[in-house]
Amino acid sequence: MNIKIVAFGIARDIFGDSEINFNIEKGTTIAELKEQITMSYPGFKKLVSFSIAVNQSYVPEEYAIESNDEIVIIPPVSGG
Amino acid sequence: MIDIKIKNTALDANDCITFVEDKAAGGIAVFIGTVRNATKGKNVQRLEFESYEPMAIKELRKIAEEIQQRWSALKISIHHRIGNLNIKEVAVVIAVSTPHRKAAFEACEYAIDTLKKTVPIWKKEVFDDGAVWVSATP
Repeated sequence: MNIKIVAFGIARDIFGDSEINFNIEKGTTIAELKEQITMSYPGFKKLVSFSIAVNQSYVPEEYAIESNDEIVIIPPVSGG
Repeated sequence: MIDIKIKNTALDANDCITFVEDKAAGGIAVFIGTVRNATKGKNVQRLEFESYEPMAIKELRKIAEEIQQRWSALKISIHHRIGNLNIKEVAVVIAVSTPHRKAAFEACEYAIDTLKKTVPIWKKEVFDDGAVWVSATP
């Protein structure tokens, strides 16, 4: 299935865009998606870490993505 | 009561202080985060903040709710600014009122420490010779 991935901060710089379309298999987990993103965009390897938020919340790595989920890459935060 | 705001205009610490005033309060602690002019000896020109706003507001609210529980805080106000900020400008204001002062100090420190770990807000430091997303790379 095709999902939209939104990116902020350094993740947007790595994508070269604030959102991309990405193709994943049904049932793909957050952990798997992170691997696939890193394969397609090796720039993510240089980050300290990154998370993926689903529907505006942090989710466990084993969460299986659904087609209507709002998927956002959260690189290391630095507010304050 | 909780007051959370993300703004792209200048913050006024008095807005937060006024919100947390309370008859039952023995003290109000306020943290004001400002833009420093240097990082590791390098001149900083400005900071550029951005947020994933709906989630940032949720995460800030979570911090405030936790403070209410753990420190019996009466009122909490957290305002964060986004956009381009110059040296000395205010990036964040946190105000907490509690019945006794010790809890106010602790809660305020907990709020800024947790904000820096969990809230989806990012800043880019702009130097004379380039720019870096803070904390993103080793």
